Amino acid sequence: MLDFPLLSLLTFLPLVGAVFILSIRGTEQNVAQNARYTALYTSVFVFAISLYLYLKFDPLDPGFQFIEKIEWLPTLNISYSMGLDGISLFFVLLSTFLTPLCILASWKAVQTRVKEYMVAFLVLETLMIGTFCALDLVLFYVFFEAVLIPMFLIIGIWGGPRKIYASYKFFLYTLLGSVLMLLAMLMIYAEGGSTDIPTLMQNPLAANLQYWLFLAFFASFAVKMPMWPVHTWLPDAHVEAPTAGSVILAGVLLKMGGYGFLRFSLPMFPEASEYFAPFVMSLSVIAIIYTSLVALVQEDMKKLIAYSSVAHMGFVTLGIFSMTVEGIHGGVFQMISHGIISAALFLCVGVVYDRLHTREMGRYGGIVKNMPKYATVFMIFMLGSVGLPGTSGFIGEFLSLLGAYKVNILMSLLAATGMVLGAAYMLLLYRRVVFGPADNKDATEMKDLEPREVLILAPLAVLVILIGVYPAPLSARIEPSVKRLVTLYEDNLMKGRPTSYVEHGDAPSLQTAHLVKGAQN
Amino acid sequence: MEYLAILTPLAAFLGAFLFGKKIGDRGAQFVTCAGVILAALCSIALFFDVALYGHDRTLPLFTWIAAGDFSVDWALRFDTLSVVMMCVITIVSSCVHVYSIGYMSHDPAKGRFMSYLSLFTFAMLMLVSADNLLQLFFGWEGVGLASYLLIGFWSHKHSANSAAMKAFIVNRVGDFGLVMGMFTLFMIFGSVQFDAIFNDAPHYADAMFDFMGWEVHALTLACLLLFIGACGKSAQLGLHTWLPDAMEGPTPVSALIHAATMVTAGVFLVARFSPVFEYAPDALMVVCLVGATTAFVAATIGMTQFDIKRVIAYSTMSQLGYMFFALGVSAYGAAMFHLVTHAFFKALLFLGAGSVIHAMSNEQDMRKMGGIYKLIPATYILMWVGSLALAGIPFFAGYYSKDIILESAFADHSWFGEYAYWMGISAALMTAFYSWRLILMTFHGKPRAEKEVLHHVHESPKVMLLPLLVLAVGALFSGAVFYEPFVGSGYAKQEQVHTEVVAEHMDIERDVEAPVLDEREEDPHAWNRFGFWRTSIKVLHENDTLEAAHHVPEWVKLLPTGVGILGIVLAYVAYLWTQGFPALISRLFKPLHALFFHKWYFDELYNILFKEGAIGFGRMFSVSDKKVIDALGADGMSQAAAAGGGALRKFQSGYVYQYAFVMIIGLIAVISWVIYEGMF
Repeated sequence: MLDFPLLSLLTFLPLVGAVFILSIRGTEQNVAQNARYTALYTSVFVFAISLYLYLKFDPLDPGFQFIEKIEWLPTLNISYSMGLDGISLFFVLLSTFLTPLCILASWKAVQTRVKEYMVAFLVLETLMIGTFCALDLVLFYVFFEAVLIPMFLIIGIWGGPRKIYASYKFFLYTLLGSVLMLLAMLMIYAEGGSTDIPTLMQNPLAANLQYWLFLAFFASFAVKMPMWPVHTWLPDAHVEAPTAGSVILAGVLLKMGGYGFLRFSLPMFPEASEYFAPFVMSLSVIAIIYTSLVALVQEDMKKLIAYSSVAHMGFVTLGIFSMTVEGIHGGVFQMISHGIISAALFLCVGVVYDRLHTREMGRYGGIVKNMPKYATVFMIFMLGSVGLPGTSGFIGEFLSLLGAYKVNILMSLLAATGMVLGAAYMLLLYRRVVFGPADNKDATEMKDLEPREVLILAPLAVLVILIGVYPAPLSARIEPSVKRLVTLYEDNLMKGRPTSYVEHGDAPSLQTAHLVKGAQN
Repeated sequence: MEYLAILTPLAAFLGAFLFGKKIGDRGAQFVTCAGVILAALCSIALFFDVALYGHDRTLPLFTWIAAGDFSVDWALRFDTLSVVMMCVITIVSSCVHVYSIGYMSHDPAKGRFMSYLSLFTFAMLMLVSADNLLQLFFGWEGVGLASYLLIGFWSHKHSANSAAMKAFIVNRVGDFGLVMGMFTLFMIFGSVQFDAIFNDAPHYADAMFDFMGWEVHALTLACLLLFIGACGKSAQLGLHTWLPDAMEGPTPVSALIHAATMVTAGVFLVARFSPVFEYAPDALMVVCLVGATTAFVAATIGMTQFDIKRVIAYSTMSQLGYMFFALGVSAYGAAMFHLVTHAFFKALLFLGAGSVIHAMSNEQDMRKMGGIYKLIPATYILMWVGSLALAGIPFFAGYYSKDIILESAFADHSWFGEYAYWMGISAALMTAFYSWRLILMTFHGKPRAEKEVLHHVHESPKVMLLPLLVLAVGALFSGAVFYEPFVGSGYAKQEQVHTEVVAEHMDIERDVEAPVLDEREEDPHAWNRFGFWRTSIKVLHENDTLEAAHHVPEWVKLLPTGVGILGIVLAYVAYLWTQGFPALISRLFKPLHALFFHKWYFDELYNILFKEGAIGFGRMFSVSDKKVIDALGADGMSQAAAAGGGALRKFQSGYVYQYAFVMIIGLIAVISWVIYEGMF
């Protein structure tokens, strides 16, 4: 069974579904309905396979599992190679979990070019899974870049009134960053002689080279995250994207940046990572405060959530670049949690948007009476986003801040103001949409969630609380891989240093670094 | 039994919330009341087992977070401190649950209301039975959430929503401090588990901490950060502005959350961390000063307000101030004692006020009340009981607890203890004054309400009066009954044991199960303070102000009662025996009256500083996103986008396969580019 290419099956199965949908013939209505069902069945089946992967995953093994390696371009020493570790596992699960929900969410909202829409989503799923499974630079790059195409089309074709502007902004921003990354990859290949990620992780390049490579990769990942100040494409893209597009964008695509930092930047450029860490952490803190304040004054629900995403991603980069196990674990956890919560929040916006066709908060209000079920699930996601203990949002935020506190108290202190600001803008959103006087008659006449919508939102709500109270199923798998990553990072850092330095290198552990004296009396 | 005590309110919440429609309002009321009363019975049983027979225990549940060095479990800890809190919470909560059946009888969302009350009770129980700081934080935020939901319960009211948001956000500011304190403790001790911290605290008594370049005393820093959290939850000066506004919630909520339980969480936190605070004298000083000032300031505001609930709210804030300065002089037992008695008489006052409001057709302004004592005699008498206890009139509960606090402050023999004593004495005078101002304005004098309202004035139903009676019993007797175990004088023998315990704490290789405990178990009736609190509260021998409090001069003991009676007399003079006296006073001391009446202008200041500031920056940044960042980064791109838009539009008219084709072409293009680039 081990030899069976499970990951490839998982990755390319959606593509098979897409081909199948393309071959559907008949009246337009027939085609649309068949396309929906095909896409749904395919994605559910893919999700089932990914669950099987989860069960088969050995939590004690910190390395890559389910490895597949086939020679692809033997003359160039490039191979088709895939594998999963505790970090990428959950991004794959997130992708496979959200895709069927997206398809369900688009069931009625998308009425034009349904067939093409479903094809785009299935192709997108293939590319997302591929990105997180790839263990070869070239393969990774292909998937990573190709993701842009279906997303570009989803925003550009099924988007809102300013879709053209938004889709181009999205495409150009991300592409520009990626071009630099491509050049850096070529450099790595030229210098390191290999495109195999595990090999490269073990053998960092010379320090002077690392700085440039780090910056090139950083350009790409920072845009994807997005980090301040290259975040402005995100609110526009979210506002114009159809609901499901926003869900995937916030739920999975943003995580590719953070994943990239963990997979490439930290292990391959340890010296540069250490050098730039204060810089990245500063940007993170700025992102948290700046975008939280911007979120506070938004009128558009989607824009508010988009800005909050930037702030939440700030916690991720803060945690990752603390280079501590707690911080990185927190960063990974925060990404997964944010994947669920922000996706759910966009779905919640979609629910009311489908009814009133406006995202302006002022047009709603007082809907708690006519939509109690909606108010309840929305409340859970709102609290998750605020980071209330007992929801998944808390654990990631808390651990990221803790990791940051270990290395730089000031950063942690500043970032923690995001706790207060986050509460302010989310409560404001909730209050203006759900609570308040029932001034808008059409809003108070909206129907509560229909069974299809309950089916979409209920699992997300349950997950937010379940993971928040009992995160062990995730943590137990993330922790070993994160530990391994940190060890690798520290080893590689030592490798790059002159031996005399290494001998003196038994610096005080971070734990006691802040305690100056008097601990032993 | 332990699980029943903690988890039944959760089960009741889930049952009433999720199946509210199926079981109906009656069903929801039954489920929640039964759940909480069951929890109360279990808590009382636990009180006997744990507090009186010394069977402390911790029940681990399962791992919560484990990352790197950081690891915490869900665990339930039962020692004297937690079971005392559990009893207070569940008993008051039971009263409030039952009372709410009557009070909310006209509300369309009874089931939801009851379920929120149960949710609150659960969160509060989790807070006090936590075994580590993170779980405490879970309860801490949980009660904050329940408070938010209940303050904003009448969500159609604009003011209720604002108040709910304000409560949550101001509390978050406190939480910020609490989280940072947690991090600091973790950095020092490598754990956030209580026993680990408390056992190691003596070793770090002199440790210094590098805090952003400053070298500060490690434990003082940690304690001060925790205290910021406590200030938020317990509405101490600076972070108190949310509490008066929280009166927007239904009155049972005010009684349960904003008087008896949640707001005392901060007091509990500091008492819980007494083994750390004891080694941070500077932090204790700050606690004392903030508490004493709060007691004074809140009392001044309380004298000038007209909303019956706000008067009681400021009174609560003032009483919490007393508890804090008691903590500040290491009289933890006295603070806990006042916490318990206050829970009873303040809940009684709030529910009594609720009964008045209920009778007056939801009128809360005391200027529109008056002359109704004959119409609602039971409420009237119960309000008297509550007020007598609050004013510290002899043999009512508040007399015992407030006096011991003031005596401890005096006995501390420090300048801040002295400050606290005099602040406390003047606050006691004002407390008695505003309590009788409330009673006289509400019940006596000429009726000032409209005829229509007066016509409807009626005594509350039994379901509302019965819980009041239970609380009144507490307000009458809890002081006398609990005096010895909570704050009593230690016998010579016990004192010796006490020093041994302290010495034991200093010992590095100390066994957690101190052998002294067994010795004490032999005599379960030695209910003096040391046998009662045991290790749940720790006082260094030289800080034992409670012992010293029993030996203060006579005038120190008599003064609080004296000013209490004086305050009552003054209130009678001002509001019943003379005419126009208050108006005269407020004219004579106009600036001072304005300062008090406008609550020392905290709200105005915060509005400008924080609310307007945040929104201003937000506006500025959202403009700079467009005008600066986009202008520099994406301006050229958007030009390109405009040009490209036309091309895309053409594509949309195409056939099915075109899109797939585009994708494939794109893919191939990228792949071939990569391969080509890789060739050289």
